[in-house]
Amino acid sequence: MTANASAGWMVPSARLWRMRLTQVAAAGPVLTVAAGLAAGISAGAWTGVAAAVVVAAAAGIVLWVERRRYRAWAYREREEDLIVSRGVLVRRVSVVPYGRLQFVEVTAGPFERAFRLATVQLHTAAAASDARIPGLERDEAARLRDRLAVLGEARAAGL
Amino acid sequence: MTEDFGAGWHRLHPLSPLIQGGGLLSGLLGIFALSLVTAEGYEAYVYQLVAAGAIMVAGLVRWLVTRWKLDSATLRIETGLLRRDSRQLPMARIQAVDMVRPLLARVFGLASLQIRLAGAGKGDDRLAYLTLGEAARLRAVLLAGHHGLDPAAPEPAERPVITVPAGRVIGATLLRAAPRFVALAVIAAVAARAAPALFPASESTLAVIALGLVTSTCLQVTARYGFTVATSHDGIRIRRGLLSTMAETIPLRRVQAVRLVQPLLWRPFGWCRLVVHVAGVAGRDSGPKAGGLTKALLPVGSMSEAQHLIRLVFGPDIPELAKPPKRARVKAPLSYHFLAAGHNKVMAVTITGRVCKKTVYMRLEKLQSVRLSQGPAQRRLSLASVHGDAAGRQAHAAFADREADQARELLDELATLGRSARSTESAGG
Repeated sequence: MTANASAGWMVPSARLWRMRLTQVAAAGPVLTVAAGLAAGISAGAWTGVAAAVVVAAAAGIVLWVERRRYRAWAYREREEDLIVSRGVLVRRVSVVPYGRLQFVEVTAGPFERAFRLATVQLHTAAAASDARIPGLERDEAARLRDRLAVLGEARAAGL
Repeated sequence: MTEDFGAGWHRLHPLSPLIQGGGLLSGLLGIFALSLVTAEGYEAYVYQLVAAGAIMVAGLVRWLVTRWKLDSATLRIETGLLRRDSRQLPMARIQAVDMVRPLLARVFGLASLQIRLAGAGKGDDRLAYLTLGEAARLRAVLLAGHHGLDPAAPEPAERPVITVPAGRVIGATLLRAAPRFVALAVIAAVAARAAPALFPASESTLAVIALGLVTSTCLQVTARYGFTVATSHDGIRIRRGLLSTMAETIPLRRVQAVRLVQPLLWRPFGWCRLVVHVAGVAGRDSGPKAGGLTKALLPVGSMSEAQHLIRLVFGPDIPELAKPPKRARVKAPLSYHFLAAGHNKVMAVTITGRVCKKTVYMRLEKLQSVRLSQGPAQRRLSLASVHGDAAGRQAHAAFADREADQARELLDELATLGRSARSTESAGG
């Protein structure tokens, strides 16, 4: 694993990776066949094969990128703030003091619900704060939400 | 009567509906006059009369159902006939108080008070209109309440700091608008040369755009005319306006950040402008997150005036600036000449910009979050940028392209300093 797995750092659930894998596995072949057929019918068999190969390769690349992105997510609850680290191409680290939390949002899209996952997003009064943790197991998301709410209330500071 | 606002409910001034409908009414009357000239019978303009009547009645009803009340810590405003709307504005949460006086209100000696709170919805927190004396008194009471002082204290004296001469306002506004006018002229010239047959058709469009530009430039000049900055115990007071006037009061500790901007065309004159960020609601930015409010602290001024104002807001200790390492020039060739940043225990100063130099001053106690970002080029050069965010959309200080190791330390240091600055702030009241 990455350096993020070291002490104190938490990572999203392994199911997040399975979810991404399923998404690509479901969409990839369909798109490959569709692209192959469309190009094959309109511009000849070899063009169709070439198009299918290109799309299949693109799906592979997406999978590789998603794998790296998945492994880059990490968060850590420190004494006074939450720190979230993410990103492959652009590495980002966000530090949000508990006292600055305006509200915590827990969302789960249809895919996340199917995999019993949820995304926790932290909102401060600054529009640029972007601490978001996807793919948390539901219990962990609820625990984090409640803990952040308690800590936020205890340390709340005015604007 | 204006001395103290008792416990009871108060109404707005009876002339309020007339002034609020004023703009629309005069427009309608204009159409009405036009139709008098052009139409054959009176049936053609009876609709305008009906519409004007409806506006007056609506305004009257609004006046009848609106009332306000002041108690020890909150201002309550109730309004609405069908859907009652009751607002409580706690004085402690006030971000800024604006006294707005449109031309018509000035004729009648009235003023409206707009009370800004962070994230408080659609800017309905205003009392329009009160008499000038009432408005000034209420503002003083609200601000005294905000600072936890005795509300019966007289309005604190103001000390004028800076007045911007009218000539400089006009010159600077024209200079800022100049590139647009030049671009328009170039387009017109090219159009006339390239397609002379089509030019008459596009000419009118260009004329409309030119008219719009002229109007907006004039509006900018009138809005900034007579710009005065003064300080008093309850905050910074900004007065401006030619026809309709505005007096904005910002309590000093409500300042999220101050941005100093030096546009290219102003630099030969040594001019700059200052923008102050306050947590509040800016008209159209209504998202789930609190929008920001920006106010001109100095529309155009010399660098020494700007420095003076900045010391006034942030105190005498301004941190030393350090440039990023030389290799950052590879990653940011167009902005490296400006890039610099520095911080001390209580505030941060950062400079960014390519053509237009932007300096951000921010108190660390206002930090909402701290971020570090490292793009691919920065990773190759082992650089990283650190951003400090204050409340709002643009209040944001960027330590661009620092040494990667130092950036990582800076991230933790800013978070720690921000926390200790906050705790001393709350301990000190």
